[in-house]
Amino acid sequence: MRRKLDWFIIFNNIFLIMVAAICLFPIVHVLAVSLSSSAVAATGTVTIWPKDFSLTSYEFVAQRKAFWTSMLISIERITLGGLINVIIAITIAYPLSKEKKDFSLRTFYAWAFFITMIFGAGLIPSYMLVKELNLIDTIWALILPGAVPVFSVIILLNFFRLTPKELSESAFIDGAGHWRTLWSIYVPISMPAIATISLFSLVGHWNSWFDGLIYMNNPSNYPLQSYIQTVVVQKSFTTLTPEEAKVMAKISDKTLKSAQVFLGALPIICVYPFLQRYFVKGMVLGSVKG
Amino acid sequence: MILPGFILVVIFSYVPMAGIIIAFQKFIPAKKLFGDQKWIGLDNFKYVMSLPNFDNLLWNTFYIATMKVILGLIVPIVIALLLNEMKHALLKRSIQTAIYLPHFISWVVLGGIFIDMLSPTDGVINNLLVKLGFEPIFFLGDNKWFPITMILTDTWKEFGYGTIIYLAALTGVNPNLYEAAQIDGANRWKQTLHISIPGIQMVIVLLMVLNLGNLLNAGFDQIFNMYSPMVYESGDILDTFVYRIGLLDAQFGVATAVGLFKSVIALVLVSSSYYLAYRFADYRIF
Repeated sequence: MRRKLDWFIIFNNIFLIMVAAICLFPIVHVLAVSLSSSAVAATGTVTIWPKDFSLTSYEFVAQRKAFWTSMLISIERITLGGLINVIIAITIAYPLSKEKKDFSLRTFYAWAFFITMIFGAGLIPSYMLVKELNLIDTIWALILPGAVPVFSVIILLNFFRLTPKELSESAFIDGAGHWRTLWSIYVPISMPAIATISLFSLVGHWNSWFDGLIYMNNPSNYPLQSYIQTVVVQKSFTTLTPEEAKVMAKISDKTLKSAQVFLGALPIICVYPFLQRYFVKGMVLGSVKG
Repeated sequence: MILPGFILVVIFSYVPMAGIIIAFQKFIPAKKLFGDQKWIGLDNFKYVMSLPNFDNLLWNTFYIATMKVILGLIVPIVIALLLNEMKHALLKRSIQTAIYLPHFISWVVLGGIFIDMLSPTDGVINNLLVKLGFEPIFFLGDNKWFPITMILTDTWKEFGYGTIIYLAALTGVNPNLYEAAQIDGANRWKQTLHISIPGIQMVIVLLMVLNLGNLLNAGFDQIFNMYSPMVYESGDILDTFVYRIGLLDAQFGVATAVGLFKSVIALVLVSSSYYLAYRFADYRIF
């Protein structure tokens, strides 16, 4: 059988490949600039492949203490913050997944959490609160205000509801309490959903920068994204030591910025292709369910 | 078991809500939140309304946010429909992966990248424009271009996210319908029009309605990382303004008033969007 050449399919494929290329271009471009020599980079001619290959900017970043301090703070933040987010989400989602006859205060709690989704106090009162609780310049200022991930609670809650009732009923008959049932039945069965919400938390904590900027008075307490924000976007030099300033005069600003920006996105770019299906699953669950 | 989460929400969401009283005070931080502050009624609001650039601020916020919502609705639907026609499974999956990636990268990083790419002197985009014989454009420093740049770069970042949702909905459309349509002689366009689009129209309506809540969210993270005093006229939005007068100029009362003004409008928008979604799509959150 002779197959007819399908022009629509061909154009469609080419068009979509171009769309995907446009999505990747800025990221590939910044990597190429960061690996080029500063003289060439300054001419703006580097596109997707490094010209006059050079690792100078990465060598400089590697020696930069402020960069690594903020990296460590970011790691501490995603670990602690991610863990707290997930535990809180599980302990809220489980009771809320019960029906009203089993949990009489369900409506009250559901509204209490729902209201925080539709009304926010705004920047100033939240800032004043963190300040008066003496959390400024502590890691808790970055973790506690966002400790309750309502969106994740919703994803998890819907997942818990799909769990067959017979499983928990038989656990209760065997004498297990709620904690035990949650821990040995719901949590293992909901691992895909828990993986999803953990990823959302980790990415969220990794990408947050504004709270670091306002709640940390001392730049040495900045997480990585806040550090990048001040160095690359605000072009502030408060974290620069005099020796570093001397070296900086020799390397172009452009390759150095590109290197730091790229490193800021690198962890996400590395894990993303492998974990994409969890993201997709969680998103579809969270946005258009039932 | 629900208590730790509840207590955290009370402290970090409800206490600040009570802290909104700052908007009606001549707030002095040294006297503390809920301390003995001087009450000045609506003076903070009156002051804000009297600012010459307040209308401008409102318009920028609304304009940028609305354009983002509109493009954020159309582009994903089109791309999802096109992707759905794609037969090659591996290619299809790779393209999905690529278009979804920018969603997960922070505006700090992307702001850094775009500032560099869009630079009028050594940016790669202007370099290309000059080669093609155009004048270089100062995308982030020209009031004519700044809002457009914000709208387009945001659409670039977020359309993959929407595409995935529509694509998931499209896979739920019964394949027998397409077969039947082919037998009846419907071409590809007719199939899209009469099967694919009706098949996902509930999802389209739902996302459209839920997006109503975003009509004042012009995108603080994005604009804060790309704007400069040069483009305040076209790019300053309520959120960036609150940050500057509140935390930089320490006019706490005024900043809280602007924040409250925004929160109340947002509350009306978001609750009506949830209500509509509940009425017409039977959408429930909890």
